[in-house]
Amino acid sequence: MNAENIALEIRGLRIDVAESGADIVDEVDLTIRRGEVLGLVGESGSGKTTIGLAVLGHARRGVAIRHGAVRIGDRDLSGLDAKELRAARGKLVSYVPQDPGTALNPALRIGKQILEVLETHGFGADQAEREARVVEVLSEVMLPGVPEFLRRYPHQLSGGQQQRVGLAMAFACRPAVIVLDEPTTGLDVSTQTHVLATIRDLAARHGVAALYVTHDLAVVATLADQVAVMYAGRVVEQGATADIFANPAHPYTRYLVAAAPEMDGDRQMVGLVGRAPSPGKRPVGCSFALRCELATEECVAEFPAVTDVGTDRPHQVRCVHAFGVPDRTAQRIATTSSVVRNSDVALSIRHVDAGYSGSKVVHDVSFDIQRGECVALVGESGSGKSTLSRSIGGLHREWTGEIVLDGTPLEKSSRNRPVDQRLSIQYVFQNPYSSLHPRRPVAESIARPLAIAGVDAREAAVEVDRMLERVSLSSAYGSRYPDQLSGGERQRVAIARALVSKPHMLICDEVTSALDVLVQAAIIELLVDLQRDLGLAMLFVTHNLPLVRSIAQRVAVMSDGKIVELGETAQTLRDPQEEYTKRLLADTPVIPTFDAR
Amino acid sequence: MSATETTVAPVGVWRSSLRLWRTRIGLALVLLLVLIAIVGPWVASFTPSEFAGTPNTRHVPGTWLGTDYLGQDVVSRFLHGGRSILWMASVSTFLGFVCGAAIGLVAAYNRGRLDDVLMRGMDILLAFPQLLLALVALTTIGPESWLIITIVAFTTMPRIARITRGAAVPVVERDFIGAAEALGESRFRIITKELLPNVTGPLLVEANLRLTYSIATIAGLGFLGFATEVNAADWGQMVQENRTALTVAPWGTLLPALAIALLTVGTGLIADGVSRTVAGVDRGRPDA
Repeated sequence: MNAENIALEIRGLRIDVAESGADIVDEVDLTIRRGEVLGLVGESGSGKTTIGLAVLGHARRGVAIRHGAVRIGDRDLSGLDAKELRAARGKLVSYVPQDPGTALNPALRIGKQILEVLETHGFGADQAEREARVVEVLSEVMLPGVPEFLRRYPHQLSGGQQQRVGLAMAFACRPAVIVLDEPTTGLDVSTQTHVLATIRDLAARHGVAALYVTHDLAVVATLADQVAVMYAGRVVEQGATADIFANPAHPYTRYLVAAAPEMDGDRQMVGLVGRAPSPGKRPVGCSFALRCELATEECVAEFPAVTDVGTDRPHQVRCVHAFGVPDRTAQRIATTSSVVRNSDVALSIRHVDAGYSGSKVVHDVSFDIQRGECVALVGESGSGKSTLSRSIGGLHREWTGEIVLDGTPLEKSSRNRPVDQRLSIQYVFQNPYSSLHPRRPVAESIARPLAIAGVDAREAAVEVDRMLERVSLSSAYGSRYPDQLSGGERQRVAIARALVSKPHMLICDEVTSALDVLVQAAIIELLVDLQRDLGLAMLFVTHNLPLVRSIAQRVAVMSDGKIVELGETAQTLRDPQEEYTKRLLADTPVIPTFDAR
Repeated sequence: MSATETTVAPVGVWRSSLRLWRTRIGLALVLLLVLIAIVGPWVASFTPSEFAGTPNTRHVPGTWLGTDYLGQDVVSRFLHGGRSILWMASVSTFLGFVCGAAIGLVAAYNRGRLDDVLMRGMDILLAFPQLLLALVALTTIGPESWLIITIVAFTTMPRIARITRGAAVPVVERDFIGAAEALGESRFRIITKELLPNVTGPLLVEANLRLTYSIATIAGLGFLGFATEVNAADWGQMVQENRTALTVAPWGTLLPALAIALLTVGTGLIADGVSRTVAGVDRGRPDA
């Protein structure tokens, strides 16, 4: 490795909770060369953002960088004082945050905002040179550098444009290192594709080292040269992207890959229950041992040392069972055609228009959902998919047309529907952090539909316990409050609440989009199970195209309020007929096939 | 990364706010004055309007702090004088609180036209200065306790309504309200069981703050001479009656003034403690 080419070097980094001394991250060694992108992958709470901030010499409040070195070029950031750090940030190392909408100052015009970065760091000889640089950097991120664009305010830009401005500000002073913290979360797939291409291009063209922090494996697989996988505050595996994906050495990496949805092929999405130990509760041994199928006594005794398993280039892993394959990760998908389908229509949507006070967002949509069938409704944000599903659920009242459940037309508002209809259509919401009453034990939340159905309290309690078991939580969870549960556990509770009244029709509105990949896969597994066992008709609303492969028999693609394509899932994903679907498929990042070496 | 939202159960707010010294001191002050108001009349050595000695005299045998402008015992009148202000302030704040919270919750939940009508109505009420409204009503109808209570409740209501609506609107947007609607829960149940428990924090703060203002207003009305009965023992009225003799017999004015001040400081401290707890400033969370 050419030492001169190294742009960022992190050695033995340990970051603690200042008060308790519990380790948030420990023993982190990372190296990025000029022009390279390192993807830092991990679940929420794994410490990846903490490392990203440490590269800027920053620690959040209550968090302290205990020891270790962060070197950019030949400068060691840990030796700098507050003033020198401020000078380094933006010039030597810069940061692109997750949400551009909140990162840009809403009161400043775009041009002024970028110019300010340059002025702060004394870039260029005079104002004219700086203004020229603003135009130049905007063209680098493929935004027009024309005066009317410079005069716009952040709110006048789309999400993708805002993120490009964020990138322009980060690249403005030509830093050596740039930290990107999930910069494409919240962007539509087509926008994401363009932003990712811009990042890759800029990094390569200007020799900038990029640390790309994300939980999205598919993004990393398409963007990064190197990948580092984090689990519970440690880097458990790192190496070249092709090596990591073709031949994952750590069982955790295998699970991550297995949990990522696949567009074609027959690999089953596999989830993993449990959660990573939090700081202060981490065992002496391998922190993944508790959830690992391959764990032996050796794993629990001490944390495995870093071993290089690469053949001709570095591929480091911290596992005594490197290259072991957990059985579960090798599962194949059950062929969707094996699902018994009868011609019994559960829900029929006929010529539905829906909108908000005059402006229509759903145009003349018609399709049927059979009993025991799952139809995925896929579309980008603003396609009208949520409005349609909320109309079916009786949560959105401004619609016309006909929605027929089990032969009976539905009233517009759930309040006007008879009790048995209300109970037989159930809705699971996107965000489990907001769909449960925060001040009510979860058993009470689950029991509500039964109370409405007139089931007496004692019977209901038995049913609630049974339902909790059914969603793989124990009945002990009943007395807990939502804030004592993880996101995945909350979503399981929400599913239990939806299913307790034995509905015929379940609407799942982006139910996994707030969850980590492993949790997402586990929830999908659960839903597939439940749908099969209970013979549910299901409408699965999502923006995540690969996800539908594992759950839905048919897929309806929605764009601008219209269903543009509706067909068998496997068929549609393999051979889309419509231009829009083709484009959506092309833009969706998936883990490409890397040849095993 | 995850949209974790912190919520504190109502019991939790009280309990954790009591970890703060400001809340404890406030509560101690309020309890002390409530105790004086309740037990006072039994331990007083004179009835409130009994002649004890020469008027406006500092040292009179049998009295602790002398006599007032009519020769009545200052301490005895002080001990009798707390009840009226405390019950009037509590009842009026409570009434204003209940009406205001109900209006705020209904407005937040229904939005649309009803929201506009209710909240603009509250804005109109807010436009009248509290004291001015009270003076007009009291001079036209006469100084009656029910009128004072009504006026104070009436002026408390729009302020509580605004706060409640403000706190409830973001809660209404959350999905568990949608989940309740999808189940067809009644509006009343959604408002009382789903919405109300999630706005108690800010409401508790505002209620304490409003109680502080109500005490001050009612004491102020007493001071301005709107006594419900002539020569009644009442802290606000006592300050007014004895202020001319402040230099000769200061206790007639100072003692009730001090009581009112401590009472408002006490409720104010509680409000502050609770609000800090609700805002999470001093909740002592290790991960905050």
